Amino acid sequence: MIEGIGIEHFLVVSTLMFFIGVCGFIIRRNLITMLMSVELILNSVNINFLVFNRYLYPDQLQGHFFSLFVVGIAAAEASVAIALIINIYRSLQNIDVENVSEMKY
Amino acid sequence: MSLSVFMFYLLSGIILTFSVLSITTRRILRAAVYLLFVLVATSGLYFMLKYEFMAAVQLTLYAGGIVVLIIFSILLTHHISHRFNRPALMNLLMGISVAVVGSTVVLATLLTHPFKASNVAQLPVDMSAIGNQLLSTGKNGYVLPFELISILLLAAMIAAIVVAKKEKNKNSEI
Repeated sequence: MIEGIGIEHFLVVSTLMFFIGVCGFIIRRNLITMLMSVELILNSVNINFLVFNRYLYPDQLQGHFFSLFVVGIAAAEASVAIALIINIYRSLQNIDVENVSEMKY
Repeated sequence: MSLSVFMFYLLSGIILTFSVLSITTRRILRAAVYLLFVLVATSGLYFMLKYEFMAAVQLTLYAGGIVVLIIFSILLTHHISHRFNRPALMNLLMGISVAVVGSTVVLATLLTHPFKASNVAQLPVDMSAIGNQLLSTGKNGYVLPFELISILLLAAMIAAIVVAKKEKNKNSEI
């Protein structure tokens, strides 16, 4: 643990980052910026895993593995999402969520 | 104020400022660059926690991989000079209220919960410790999720290629 910085400081930062991501996910209307908000959310969760590992269980490595898996899943998700976005752009010339309603009805 | 405390507040300030900027800016390429700043500052936090391996993974995978992927897709789908319209008022109110209410609830819970920082000696987190435990089959071994995520990554890679592949234009073959 770091001298002079409690665990709460880290948790406050990651909480604020998480809800900034949620807010961005709601207010943005573009698929790529929504994907960026999801990355913010995943990143804040990663901070939490590592901080709990460092402060509460410094003799174990579980937080490490979970954040490694989160990073891997984020990479997979980003690649598939971007492939889908490019495909949608090819057929609609536009990637705003309001216009992507072809499969809805 | 010691140097590490100063660094912590500097990094947290960078993270919060640029994450707000990255969801409010109206130019999409700037949003991607602000996201890059957030991810790099996060890896600085990991360095402060003395988790050098995770910090390196964060830099290479997030900052080096995902942001570059996002920037490529922005360049494929937008004009550089494209600016977004302002978000609808309803969405803005909904988003801000969800964020405020959620963060209030979570912060109230966090700040009243007594966390007991453990005084156990820190495990030296080097590559060999991580690798040995990640691939061990015994207690606290993580070999099964490791294999699962390797299959997941393979599937995601194949899916991305298949989805993004250009369909053959039948007229042009004639």
